[in-house]
Amino acid sequence: MTTLSQRAPSQTCRMLTAADIEALAIGAWILGTGGGGDPYHKLLNMRILYEAGREVTLIDPMTLDDDAVVGVLSNMGAPLVGQERLADPEFALKPVRMMEEYMGRKFDAIMSLEIGGGNGVHPMLVAALTGYPVVDADTMGRAYPEAQMTSVAVAGLRCYPLTMADIRDNDVIIPRAASWRWMERISRKACTEIGSVAATCKAPRTGAEIKAHGVLYSVSNAIALGHKVREARTAHTDPIEAVLSAAKGKLMFRGKVVDVERRATEGFLRGQAVVEGLGDHVGREMVVHFQNEFSVAYLDGDPVVMTPDLICLLDTVSGEGIGTDVLRFGQRVSVLALPAPDVFLSEKGIAAVGPRAFGFDLDFTSVFEETRP
Amino acid sequence: MKRIGIDVGGTNTDATLLDGHKVLTSVKTFTTADVTTGVRAALSALIKQAGDAARDVSAVMIGTTHFTNAVVERRNLGRAAAIRISLPASASLVPFCDWPKDLAAKVNGGVYLVEGGHEYDGRPLVPMDERAVAEAARQIARDGIEAVAISATFSPLTAECEERAFEIVKNEAPDVHVTMSATLGRIGLLERENVALMNASLIGLARDTTRAFVDAVADCGLGAQLFITQNDGTVVREDAAREYPVFSFASGPTNSMRGAALLAGIENAMVCDVGGTTADIGCLVNSFPREANNVVDVGGVRTLFRMPDLLSIALGGGTKINRAPLTVGRESVGYRLGQEALVFGGNQITATDIAVAAGLLDIGDKSLVTHLPADFVKAALAEMHERVAEAVDRMKTDAAEIPLLAAGGGAMLIPETMPGISKVVHVEHNGVANAVGAAMAQISGETDKIYRDMERDEAIAAARADAVEAAVGAGAARETIKVIEVEDLPLAYLPGRAIRTRVRVVGDAAALQPPVPA
Repeated sequence: MTTLSQRAPSQTCRMLTAADIEALAIGAWILGTGGGGDPYHKLLNMRILYEAGREVTLIDPMTLDDDAVVGVLSNMGAPLVGQERLADPEFALKPVRMMEEYMGRKFDAIMSLEIGGGNGVHPMLVAALTGYPVVDADTMGRAYPEAQMTSVAVAGLRCYPLTMADIRDNDVIIPRAASWRWMERISRKACTEIGSVAATCKAPRTGAEIKAHGVLYSVSNAIALGHKVREARTAHTDPIEAVLSAAKGKLMFRGKVVDVERRATEGFLRGQAVVEGLGDHVGREMVVHFQNEFSVAYLDGDPVVMTPDLICLLDTVSGEGIGTDVLRFGQRVSVLALPAPDVFLSEKGIAAVGPRAFGFDLDFTSVFEETRP
Repeated sequence: MKRIGIDVGGTNTDATLLDGHKVLTSVKTFTTADVTTGVRAALSALIKQAGDAARDVSAVMIGTTHFTNAVVERRNLGRAAAIRISLPASASLVPFCDWPKDLAAKVNGGVYLVEGGHEYDGRPLVPMDERAVAEAARQIARDGIEAVAISATFSPLTAECEERAFEIVKNEAPDVHVTMSATLGRIGLLERENVALMNASLIGLARDTTRAFVDAVADCGLGAQLFITQNDGTVVREDAAREYPVFSFASGPTNSMRGAALLAGIENAMVCDVGGTTADIGCLVNSFPREANNVVDVGGVRTLFRMPDLLSIALGGGTKINRAPLTVGRESVGYRLGQEALVFGGNQITATDIAVAAGLLDIGDKSLVTHLPADFVKAALAEMHERVAEAVDRMKTDAAEIPLLAAGGGAMLIPETMPGISKVVHVEHNGVANAVGAAMAQISGETDKIYRDMERDEAIAAARADAVEAAVGAGAARETIKVIEVEDLPLAYLPGRAIRTRVRVVGDAAALQPPVPA
């Protein structure tokens, strides 16, 4: 089967237009599966930067030299905090400079840790400030809450060093960690301490590593997805249909949010949303669990869709993604499943990001199983 | 129990007298530049028409689109300064950064970012720079800015910084009106700040408008209690409305939709309310307006508070029509319809003139529009119909055909058939649906408290019981009370299990007698 990550691009290098950035924000938010933070604030920053004449170049990962050094950037923490502490390009840049100082060399390019949510736009802020090209790839093809839940972790690549910056004068460097899980535990503690939000630069990657283990072309795919939604809105056609057809997804449920429970623990936003069926689903109930991102959805008590399949809650009317941090009673939502990047469907991949990794004692079954060869 | 409902729109002021659910009589007058005159005229006309029936009125409920129109049309807005307590965070996205440029240019009375705010767990971000707040207050006073909006990081969790800044501003600049963002919105700094800024820019207008209402009601000698209707279909006393005009933002459409539902006896339908300036399209679910998901756009500004899900398009009885080339404009002559429309002897072609020329409406002097060519009238009408149909289609969520209730003074601009609509129901008394909805507005009760050492379900049940008592205390009939909002926020930083729970309930007025003392 073809996932979002496997389509070849038409160009090796291109300047992103302001419209591409707008589309990226929409696409990334949908792929964020409820987490990664609403890209809106980052989009606002990008509009301001583009108005000031800054631009971003997107490069084909396959054109990277094997020994090129690429910065893997992300913002870390609870999305709820991002609603109150607004994204700032200068702070996104800080851990990049820290890492360059630590390595004693400059980056050749930068990329996103995760295409889903605000982090899909995050490296664009740094690129607009510095002129660094952005690699058309990420390490998740979506958003996930933890450090070991990446394609590079599944591939067993080195997890260190990591740099982290706070808005105050607190810089954190983790020069070494025993494993991706240790890196996650240590960096998460530091992140929680500085307010559950931090700009980070993850373990730098070589061009060869990205070509072999990155989720390729995820940026241009997110942009394409965003353009489709925008076109559907302009043409007054159903944006949910546009998402389903562009991302080869399945509509799982349509309804209204009747209850949301969330708790902020250890730097994560955990909880569940109860959706009461409407239309074809009247009389049925879906419960969607989340840990920053949506993890497992139960229909009338049975698990029907689970990670690594992407679970997306979209506004039924606008097709806009709805984050776990802004889910509210009364919202009318469509629950969609989109196929996962192949890397997560391996035994190692399912161990890293399958339902058990989120505390659900379930064997992974994909809603796309029957369509797989 | 008798009540008077008044709707002050951009163009018309309508008044209706209700006994229970029964409309006794209603009148329609033009809105005047000074609101008092229009309301007084409507009230005295209504009282005269009702005769003895108007004697034992216990409450007057006024709804107005004045505040929304001010933002949409960029009129009567005051300058507002912003003090945001957030540094060193959030520096690149300053207050007003996502406002339409023309609106920001009118409202922005200075932006001050100072150090302070809180973390998600209640710890201070950095100590608040009180001196910077004081300096900002003095500068705002020197600039002659009359209102300021104060926002702070995580103020919905703890309003400490905003409250301290409020004291400092009051101390340094006693005449400057202060809106604290924590009193208006939820988590979401930029959107909450936007609401606070909008509130601050409307304070002058709110003061004048509520004063006008108070005077007009006092002048009519009814001795009835005055209430102002809010966005969610509930009422508050005028003193509360004066401080928080944004809570009365969407009361016009809410009243119209609820009024139309009551008059038509239909509880589930699309509603299209065409006023003088805008047409509002919404959806009624069990006779309540469907609520908006997430962010609500008001005049191009992102806000985050509970509002009916409405699509407002610039089309109404006062909409200006250009003849050659034919364009249906975005502007309205507003309350000057009575002077500027052709049928009233003016020089501006309006949607009303088109409706009269097309024989859809009999108002003013018909002979003054006979010179408009039939094909021009037809084309203008078709364009307006298309605009309405497209907007209705955008707001519909179900594939099934449902009825559409046509309401408002400009209902003649609504086409009789539309895709996805089973039938167009022109509501009896439809021109005064807003006023009927205002008169039927409900009483609300709310609690927002921290409950400790309780499971979440227990905390919500406790909060619900408190909110119900508050609503009953304010005059709601217990058996009609419904929960319309439940929100809980776990507070990780407090010892034990603590949940901040907010519950809002509404119920029909049991009896407003004796009038609640002012």
